[in-house]
Amino acid sequence: MHIPDGYLSPQTYIPLYAAFAGFLAVALKKIRQTLSAKNIPYLGMASAFSFLIMMFNVPIPGGTTGHAVGASIVALVLGPWTAVAAVSVALIIQAFLFGDGGITAIGANCFNMAVVMPFVSIVVFKLVRGRASGGWRVYLGSFLAGYIGLVVAAIVTAVEFGIQPLIASANGKALYAPYPLSVAVPAMAIEHLVLFGIVEGLVTLLVLMYFLRNDPDNVYALKEVK
Amino acid sequence: MMSAFQKKLLIILVVLAVISPIGIYLPAAFNAEDAWGEWSTETVEKLVGFVPEKMKSVAELWKAPIADYNLGDEQSSFTVQALSYILSGAIGIVLCILLLFGLSKLLVKKSE
Repeated sequence: MHIPDGYLSPQTYIPLYAAFAGFLAVALKKIRQTLSAKNIPYLGMASAFSFLIMMFNVPIPGGTTGHAVGASIVALVLGPWTAVAAVSVALIIQAFLFGDGGITAIGANCFNMAVVMPFVSIVVFKLVRGRASGGWRVYLGSFLAGYIGLVVAAIVTAVEFGIQPLIASANGKALYAPYPLSVAVPAMAIEHLVLFGIVEGLVTLLVLMYFLRNDPDNVYALKEVK
Repeated sequence: MMSAFQKKLLIILVVLAVISPIGIYLPAAFNAEDAWGEWSTETVEKLVGFVPEKMKSVAELWKAPIADYNLGDEQSSFTVQALSYILSGAIGIVLCILLLFGLSKLLVKKSE
């Protein structure tokens, strides 16, 4: 889901840079207001976890590869705004040092995986969890937070790919990403629905269970009971 | 300082980096290709018959120091690729933790 350089036109990547910058500015403000000293170590580890989990490429036999992002579990444990900062730092390192995702596409990739994904995940979790403080609602909620979070992020990415032939073509030929929406959206939606989303869901569920056993009072998504 | 649980998490991160070559072994074992939309310009040409006009110049904008988490190339032995991958994971852990720690210090200081 890391969009490389050359796939997005400036009229796509510039607005996405702006959108991401706006969300990051708010995220930093929120972190400043809420961060407690004992939670500082969690931030870097959350970012590192996201970095590492993205290295575990999962194959569709004979097809494409994909991976979990870790943004959902970071959103559930530390909150969506902290996830914005933690996941985007991982993505920016991946782009500059490892060429995973383009430099021009940093705004887009951070918007998709570090903004859309954590917020979708937290909303899904809250909806499924309701008022339960444990049990199947919490477990199902965390799985679906990861599953739906990744699938929605993939579809948003596919839309960014798919609008390129519409907005940036010359003489009927695409200047950037060549596949139209009708190809990009089903391709990315299906692979994430059948496999990669399930991986993200399981990662989210397992790590949440681990946190609930070891440091339950610190889990953001279970703190706010309203 | 870090709690006992936080130290345990750090160890888990190191273990993840050490076993990360699974992430390059599995795709190779199951004949899986690139992620959708992350093809090289050569692959794009094979797929659609042409390289989009602006794609190539923008794709060459940035030369990553450890491209594809690999110090060798696609022809390198699995050992070279796996060790590069582990090293990349380790670099990732260190940089993520340092950057977020620096950022938190900066933010917390500002609020005081």
